[in-house]
Amino acid sequence: MALEAIEKSAKNLVLTLQEYSLFAVRAFTNLYRPPIYWPEFLIQADIIGFGSLSIVILTGLSTGGVLALQSAATLSAFGATAVTGEFVSLTMIRELGPILTGVMVSGRNASSMASELGSMVVTEQIDAMRALGVDPVRKLVTPRIAATICMLFFLTIVSDACGIAGGGLVTVFMNHQNGTQYLNMAWEHLRYPDIVQGLVKPLFFGYILSSIGCFYGMRTSGGTQGVGRSTIQAVVWSSVFIIFVDFLLTQVLLTLMPPL
Amino acid sequence: MSNSPAFAQPGPHPFGQHTAMHAGPVVVFRNVTIAFDGPPVLEDVSFSVAPGETRILLGPAGVGKSVLLKLANGLLRPDEGSILLFGEEISHMPEEQLFPLRIRTGMVFQEGALFDSLSVRDNVAYQLIQEQVPDDEIDLRVRDALRFVELEGTFDLYPSSLSGGMRRRVAIARAFIRRPELLLYDSPTGGLDPLTSTTIIELIVKERDVSHTPSIMVTHRIQDAFLLCNNRFDPEQGCMVPFPKGETDPSTTFLMLEEGRLIFDGSLHELISSQNPFVREFLE
Repeated sequence: MALEAIEKSAKNLVLTLQEYSLFAVRAFTNLYRPPIYWPEFLIQADIIGFGSLSIVILTGLSTGGVLALQSAATLSAFGATAVTGEFVSLTMIRELGPILTGVMVSGRNASSMASELGSMVVTEQIDAMRALGVDPVRKLVTPRIAATICMLFFLTIVSDACGIAGGGLVTVFMNHQNGTQYLNMAWEHLRYPDIVQGLVKPLFFGYILSSIGCFYGMRTSGGTQGVGRSTIQAVVWSSVFIIFVDFLLTQVLLTLMPPL
Repeated sequence: MSNSPAFAQPGPHPFGQHTAMHAGPVVVFRNVTIAFDGPPVLEDVSFSVAPGETRILLGPAGVGKSVLLKLANGLLRPDEGSILLFGEEISHMPEEQLFPLRIRTGMVFQEGALFDSLSVRDNVAYQLIQEQVPDDEIDLRVRDALRFVELEGTFDLYPSSLSGGMRRRVAIARAFIRRPELLLYDSPTGGLDPLTSTTIIELIVKERDVSHTPSIMVTHRIQDAFLLCNNRFDPEQGCMVPFPKGETDPSTTFLMLEEGRLIFDGSLHELISSQNPFVREFLE
């Protein structure tokens, strides 16, 4: 009995992965074939980009502040508080900016995509769209994926900037250090590979969170309870995937662009 | 029901564009079987819909009527058997090739399935907007379609502010607007009060008798089926009137499903005189 249950779960997992892969590839390749629904892209860019701005700013400021507080406490033991700026900027740009933005936007938008599309599935709006001769993947999914990739890139830049600013505020007003020194250290030790590493990641994270959110939304079944289930799965799996892919990407990018 | 000038006379469809009509049966089901993780929902179902024919699909709830309707325009695919839509085999047709065929059909879903985020105007004009028809022409055709279902006043409203019956009528306007070559009605009167149900059936009778569009109507309400069969649309009076005693609409025929199997295919007279115990029980 237990073996049967394990076999069934394993088959379901493989089937879900297969369905997700086909879905994600189809949604992505639609970007290169007309018709492309630009108005939907702009609407989603507004919802995802400007809608997520406040949480990204708040998260960035707080994380930068915490980094400055923690690093100053540790670095003071070695008499190296002067490198707080370098520590905060490198950590934010290479790692925390992209991943925190990815996870925050995932919590906000993967869930909204799953619930919105899931509701459309259970009320037969997706079937109605297909019956009216419109491909719902092309009309609803592809614009969301394109908009998320595009806006997560810019949101990550905002998050990085806010993180450095938050670290600066803590350094000046709470740690009572020199602000100019903080900014100089933050700027001078940045290299192009650091920036490239920090800006490549959101492209992957954006794709992951939007495709998973839309995938779970589009395969919703079981009425309103099913919508809730899809929303939870979308947030959980997109967050887990983002963290896992971050590990892989970091390894690859460090190999391609080794630190000095 | 008031007369709609656009529909007063049979002839060219007032708000639809003309598409190439298909000669021969519009829909053909051949030994169709479909199952979802269990016993078959439909098993070995065969029937066809001729041009100008209205087929009423009867059966109790959960017998596979909606599944059959979704198979007819390729929203679902059969496990076995073949389905021909406008003469083309659609059982294994890729989704992208199905879209041009679906554009030629109009479907009214059980609860209307209107897009919540769009106004009534944009819902009804959904296909026209995709085809980038000029806004002025869209407005004109949407108003014509809404006049047909007597809901002109809802042009700028959103589905959330409409009653169940109104939503169903907007869904009918959306299905009619592009002059489909086949109409699929999925329980158009389900969950509605008798008065609103009669209004919906009157719209279907009007479309049947004015445009002669072939259709499949799914219902479990025998009274709606009889109403459809025993009445005709009178363009002069602008309303539905009963046929003389003993007469019925010759183009309206019946199908009946029992546990996924087609157990009846024939006219109203044959249905009433059927000795099949399930048919008798359903009619009584």
